[in-house]
Amino acid sequence: MSEHSPVSVNTNNKKSSFKAGNEAPLLSLTGVEIARKQRTLRYRIKKSKTSYIMMCPYFILFFLFTVLPVLMSMGLSFTYFNMLEAPKFNGWANYTKLFLNDDIFMISLKNTLIFAVITGPISYLLCLLFAWIINEFRPKVRTLLTLIFYAPSICGNAYMVWSLILSSDRYGYLNGILMNLGIIDEQKLWMQDANLILPCLIVVQLWLSLGTGFLSFIAGLQTVDKTLYEAAAIDGVKNRWQELWFVTLPAMKPQLMFGAVMQITQSFAVADISIQLAGNPSVNYAGATVVTHLLDYGSTRFDMGYASAIATVLFLLMVGTNKLVQKLLRRVGE
Amino acid sequence: MSLPLVMIVNNSLKPLDEIFQYPPAIFVKNPTFNNFTDLFNVMGDSWVPFSRYIMNTIIITGFGTFGHVIVASLAAFPLAKHKFPGKKLLFSMVVLSMMFSWTVTQIPNYMIISWLHINNTYLALILPACQYGMGLYLMKQFMEQLPVSLMESARLDGASEYRIFWSIVMPNVKPAWLTLAIFQFQQMWGNTGSMFLRDEQLKPLQFALQQIAAGGTARAGASAAVTFIIAAVPILFFLTCQSNVLETMTTSGIKE
Repeated sequence: MSEHSPVSVNTNNKKSSFKAGNEAPLLSLTGVEIARKQRTLRYRIKKSKTSYIMMCPYFILFFLFTVLPVLMSMGLSFTYFNMLEAPKFNGWANYTKLFLNDDIFMISLKNTLIFAVITGPISYLLCLLFAWIINEFRPKVRTLLTLIFYAPSICGNAYMVWSLILSSDRYGYLNGILMNLGIIDEQKLWMQDANLILPCLIVVQLWLSLGTGFLSFIAGLQTVDKTLYEAAAIDGVKNRWQELWFVTLPAMKPQLMFGAVMQITQSFAVADISIQLAGNPSVNYAGATVVTHLLDYGSTRFDMGYASAIATVLFLLMVGTNKLVQKLLRRVGE
Repeated sequence: MSLPLVMIVNNSLKPLDEIFQYPPAIFVKNPTFNNFTDLFNVMGDSWVPFSRYIMNTIIITGFGTFGHVIVASLAAFPLAKHKFPGKKLLFSMVVLSMMFSWTVTQIPNYMIISWLHINNTYLALILPACQYGMGLYLMKQFMEQLPVSLMESARLDGASEYRIFWSIVMPNVKPAWLTLAIFQFQQMWGNTGSMFLRDEQLKPLQFALQQIAAGGTARAGASAAVTFIIAAVPILFFLTCQSNVLETMTTSGIKE
């Protein structure tokens, strides 16, 4: 319970120093404080019994199926584990290999960062923009538009569509169109040319971006109190952009936070589109991302220890980014 | 954006010669329902009656979706609106857990499910589905917006926290749990369960359909019909939920 003590110390310091000063100046301060702290912490836990009971079903399952597996694989990252024999402890070897001896990891890390820095913010803004635009239509039209924008996420055949579009012969849709327009003379090998793979994947990823964040923004916009807009109009909000920045966005800050976390987890963990369109490994590793590298080790080379080390590094990277983004989002509407 | 949708519908109506046409055309020329009759013929021949697969899917998807929405919302309410020791820690654990790659947790997960002796049962799919971090996070963010005054008056009237949760909080965050249901339904519907379910009698529809679709050239027509059905069900669910999200709340805003 030591993690909670900062909170209780804070509330207690005020009370106990006040009381100790008035009633029992002779008693040793620290003893009283500790006693009070324990009593109030226990008291507060007891008082919150209902809260804990309500959370019980979720957190029991959460500890079993998420916390425990995550801790176990973090532990595995310090071992050599080929999934057939028992894991063998090898200390920091996986990590030193990862950072000092693995050129492909460095390529994949670079690709992932490029991916995340470009698609992350753009996807996020697209979700917000489209959710905002859709909110202007009549309800029936809105449902239809939402379906059309959400279609790539729900149909499950997005890769098939894009492999037709990016097909490298002259029958591929993109090659066909560009050649008919006379922009290129011969077909481009979209998914076999190391210079073209990453830009193409970024475009596909952006096209796929209206997913989780998009739907949660739409739902968030429904809960914004309509009277806020009237109040804002009186307060001198002039145009729609001001209304968006000063009224709508601050009112849906919780959803913005949620969307940001989902966006981070998606843009750093990008792998599927690369594997489906460019293959794994891709030409000259041009489409390699951290997660494709992880899958390569985890499911092809049977080195789970090393894959777990990659996952742990990726996790730390995302946690850091999340800290940064949350800080930025707190300033919305200021 | 609607290209995937258009292609699924058109492909499922294409006769065989158009399916194999190269270069492939987007729109169908001679639409036919042969693919669907093919599919139903194959389904009729299957070793396990097809109704069994459908039943399995209803159980897994239904309990997985409903269970997750309830369990996650129930945990989200105290996290959003109560004060208690350990709140920040528990919440940040849930948020951070979403950032760990699921690929490497699969093996530990399998071991835990074996230890619990729920391997080869529905529970192996339903229980882990109930604890996804995203659901709790989404519900908590929406509940945070509710004004405290809404709950205070009910508390003064002597309503229990469960009653407040069920009849005040949940109706007011309807867009949130409808959206969550969409995500979760999609997830559960797409689950073939082949990792944990060994008995053919327990496997969901998705598994059976994918088996049919994997039949190669001879089943290309049935496979196109399968793709249509696999996409159509979540789309119908999406439309039902989404139109509710968009229509209910336009009339009633939350007021302090």
